[in-house]
Amino acid sequence: MTTAEKYVTGAYCAVFVVVLVYVVIIALKLTRLEREVDELVARTEAEPAEAERERTLVG
Amino acid sequence: MSPQGAQLRQVGRSYRISLPAVAVAALGLVTLALGLVFFVVPNDANQGFSQRIFYFHVSIAFTAYACFAAGAWKALVHLWKRDPLADLESYVAVHQGLIFGSLVLITGSIWAKISWGHWWLWSEDQLVLFLVLFLFYAAYFMLRFSVDPGPQRANLSAVYALFGVVLIPVSFLAIRIAKGFIHPIVFTRHGPNFGGWILAAYCVSQVAMLVLAYALYRVELAGKRLDERLRGLREVLA
Repeated sequence: MTTAEKYVTGAYCAVFVVVLVYVVIIALKLTRLEREVDELVARTEAEPAEAERERTLVG
Repeated sequence: MSPQGAQLRQVGRSYRISLPAVAVAALGLVTLALGLVFFVVPNDANQGFSQRIFYFHVSIAFTAYACFAAGAWKALVHLWKRDPLADLESYVAVHQGLIFGSLVLITGSIWAKISWGHWWLWSEDQLVLFLVLFLFYAAYFMLRFSVDPGPQRANLSAVYALFGVVLIPVSFLAIRIAKGFIHPIVFTRHGPNFGGWILAAYCVSQVAMLVLAYALYRVELAGKRLDERLRGLREVLA
């Protein structure tokens, strides 16, 4: 591989790596959002059950 | 409906082309551009194989300018119509511009090293002005995150993004008004300084980079919108 070929490969690899890092960061963020959605769903499911239990205890 | 609920309804915009379609188009175009650059285009008479950096370097540079311009346009829309989503769109566009701007600096430095023997030349107006543009937009994030979320932050960010757009034509024209430059000029008043496969490969690369930037913009914007909606939901449930 000549010096020119090494530099050109380096330049194109740099573009690839930067885009890849960006995609990984976005993927990590989406994972966090998914976890937060799960937490909210669990909360909304738990609240009616809790209210039902309170109603039963009062009744 | 509660203010939070109204905000939730506002955060969202429909697009004509779906995100998977844009992503597939970006992947296809980048693959085609790489194929043309490495297997079809002949070596440059002066620079030889190293000239192949040109196809992505120049395309990425114009894409960075386009992202900054889009960020400024969305900032103007925000200030004009008080559209809450426009602020988010402006922020994401400037972020994309910064990512592509960093790629311009990286690929440009590699090309400079092989062509001129230096990673960076402070005497080159084109290089320094692009760095000024890059640092100006890097400071946008410092400003944005130093202010609490709300209308004040959105307005300050919008005004800053609008000021930055002035640097785009300055950076682009610097090479034409500067004297004693060594940075090559590829676009003159009479059109591009090349033709045939070189022009075809450049055009494909340019479209590929623009579509890639648009795909990344849509992905990031979808994430940010989801984040906003979740925040609204949390407030409603609290």
